Amino acid sequence: MHDDVILKISNVSKSFGPVRALRGVDFELRRGEIHALAGENGAGKSTLMNIIDGILQPDGGEILWEGQPVRIASPNAAQELGIGLVHQEIALCPDISVAENMFMAVTNRSRRFLMDVGSLKQRARAVLGQLCDIDPGAIVRDLPISHQQLVEIAKALTLDCKVLILDEPTAALTEREAQTLFGIMRRLSAQGISIIYISHRMVEIFDNCDRVSVFRDGQYITTAPISEITPSGVVNAMVGREIGTLYPPKQAADTRTEEVIFEVRNLTETTRFKDVSFALRRGEILGIAGLIGSGRSEIVKGICRLEGDVSGEVLLDGKPLQLRHYGDSIAAGLVYLSEDRKGDGLFLERSIAENVSALDLRHVSSAAGLIETDREIELARSLGAKLNLKYGRLSDPVSSLSGGNQQKVAIGKMLSVNPRLIFLDEPTRGVDVGAKSEIHRILRELASEGVGTVVISSELPELIGLCDRVLVVREGRIAGEVAGDRMTEENIMRLASGLEAAPQPTLNA
Amino acid sequence: MENSIELTAAAKQGSNPVKKFLRIRETGLILIILALFVAMSFASPYFLTWVNMRAMVMAFAVEGIVVVGMTILLISGGIDLSVGSVTALAMVIAGSLFLAGVDPWLASLVAIAACTGIGAFMGFFVTRIGLHHFIVSLAVMVIARGACLLFTGGRPLGLFSLPPEFKFIGQGSIGPVPLVIIVFLVVVLCFDFMLRRSTAFRKVFYTGSNEKAAAYSGIRTKRVIFLTTTLCSALCGIAGIIYMARFGSAQPTFGLGMELNVIAAAVIGGASLNGGSGTIFGAILGAALLSVVSSSLALLDVSVYWQDIIRGSILLTAVSIDHYLNKKRDAGGKA
Repeated sequence: MHDDVILKISNVSKSFGPVRALRGVDFELRRGEIHALAGENGAGKSTLMNIIDGILQPDGGEILWEGQPVRIASPNAAQELGIGLVHQEIALCPDISVAENMFMAVTNRSRRFLMDVGSLKQRARAVLGQLCDIDPGAIVRDLPISHQQLVEIAKALTLDCKVLILDEPTAALTEREAQTLFGIMRRLSAQGISIIYISHRMVEIFDNCDRVSVFRDGQYITTAPISEITPSGVVNAMVGREIGTLYPPKQAADTRTEEVIFEVRNLTETTRFKDVSFALRRGEILGIAGLIGSGRSEIVKGICRLEGDVSGEVLLDGKPLQLRHYGDSIAAGLVYLSEDRKGDGLFLERSIAENVSALDLRHVSSAAGLIETDREIELARSLGAKLNLKYGRLSDPVSSLSGGNQQKVAIGKMLSVNPRLIFLDEPTRGVDVGAKSEIHRILRELASEGVGTVVISSELPELIGLCDRVLVVREGRIAGEVAGDRMTEENIMRLASGLEAAPQPTLNA
Repeated sequence: MENSIELTAAAKQGSNPVKKFLRIRETGLILIILALFVAMSFASPYFLTWVNMRAMVMAFAVEGIVVVGMTILLISGGIDLSVGSVTALAMVIAGSLFLAGVDPWLASLVAIAACTGIGAFMGFFVTRIGLHHFIVSLAVMVIARGACLLFTGGRPLGLFSLPPEFKFIGQGSIGPVPLVIIVFLVVVLCFDFMLRRSTAFRKVFYTGSNEKAAAYSGIRTKRVIFLTTTLCSALCGIAGIIYMARFGSAQPTFGLGMELNVIAAAVIGGASLNGGSGTIFGAILGAALLSVVSSSLALLDVSVYWQDIIRGSILLTAVSIDHYLNKKRDAGGKA
């Protein structure tokens, strides 16, 4: 079956300084298969993909392309072989059009003096048409993130590749867009194109892939056909131990109370949401669901006065709060965990300790306004212990941590001010399975300690597994609420999309 | 030798690579300056004399006050090209008022207030209108220079009649040490300490490091940037007054090209044009290095025309090394 294998990696190693990112890993990709790659963050998936795409050079080992040993010196060399990589992070030029972005490589190789904008657009439209309705003339900056992600994928499709690598492509996509993508993946594989699919979502792997390879701590663990392994088998291989129940237990019936700790009445913003009212009871975790662009994050940011021109009442313990800006909100005990940890949640190049203390420096400073480093370190140390943070030194920059641990620093930052209420926007995005269930456990503990806990998530199983009650937002309004037995993916999706007739997210730029 | 310094610094600071790196940079700068000292003491017997030492420190002491303001502004993510002409404007305003019969102390206060006002004006355009520091300060650089020429008709103002107690600021000494150097040291030590320790300046680092994350930490980042912009211009005003007292005149063309020197010093000393990093100590070492090089070249009878070329080359070298080390560190940090 040797000619069946298009790409074979054997015994490849890669170190970054003292960190051994890959230790003699093997990997085999057959022609026309959809091959899932699973592993926690830091397992070495991205390093391996960067080696296959020529971005990184291995320290040792062999790469066989169609049976021949090759050296992939650069992404350009990878493209010439027929390898296309769609990065997890969007890497488009925001100020030029979709079509020009898609054909950047072609334009780069072109020997012609002028670009033929018309034909670029036409070719772009042909490729985009398979994915969704995006105007090839639109400027990338004006597109929502999910469409930018689709442009990235379309860009890779233009390369006529034999191997397509998709690194967590659905992280920013809506359910419908993800399904479209899966359809395209299956069509490409029928045409003989091999796909390496990286995802943390077991459902996607098991619904769409042929085989799965698991990595852990820079080592290759196993490869199995999807039909011969179970999701929990994959998860156990990823973490190297049995993960008990995926979610912490819900609020116990006997601790349930009607005591409202936080309430929002008729919150309205000029354009993004209207007449939002809800209440939060002591001890419960409240979920907020909604499609991307529905206004779910905007509502929470509006409550905290992070953005928007907001009117309406916000009550904590029955007392109305007068909030003018986010500083007031923090002082009142309302804090917000950003969905974009790297973009606006953390100061990546500053130390762990300096990140944890950032919300209110008064906790770590003297009356004269001087920071007391000992107290700052102590604060980070105690919160780090509470959150089970894995770190070298607290003076290390946050960028040195894995995604899950970065997220714990971000959560530690929220907890440093002893908040009354925390809003968490996608608290486990890009976080590996182990850290994810730890974060869930922490949130449950916080809620039972009486800290109001509100979770926004695009991942419906997470909302259903974690929360006691879920509000569904659609087009800037609360479309409904589900709890108990009614908390199912189907019910939430029906509310989020407006019953059966899910309106297409309007985008005709 | 270099290794042991690195180790002790590391032991003191833990293994925070950023801080360790800054430490190494500062120790590196000190080593370069010392090496120049050793080389120059052989090349010129005049170099290691007290008079020359004092002249070298005097040469960058007043500018050093502006370097402090620029470093803080750079850390917050801004930049100011108008420092030279705002410094000159302080001299011109105070000088003109004095010649018109105003008490020199009052005239100085007015001039410093005016410079602070210019900083606030720039801060307004940056934070409220949303323009870039570079453009706003470029425009103000030209406007302030124009105002200098307008007020003086393009001629230097002779201020020989300044009272001696005023001139003392720029020309007096306490014991063997010129007052200018004492003022400079006090400013540097105060701001260096505050930048390392105070909550107010920590917010400057947060803002420059990631403005959005700072806003998401409840920091009013626009206010921070407004204040660092204003502070930089206010320090220019103070520097201008000291220069006036030192020279006993106000020159409308003073400080041409000062922005390059000041930004170069801060950047050689470790400040990043992207904001979020830098120290006062490093920036002053950067200024000292530039001054030692200038003085050495003068003593070696190198043509003045070469000096700018060499200064520019030092800047380019320092920044390139910085960039290279940063890249190496980033690659090492990725797992």
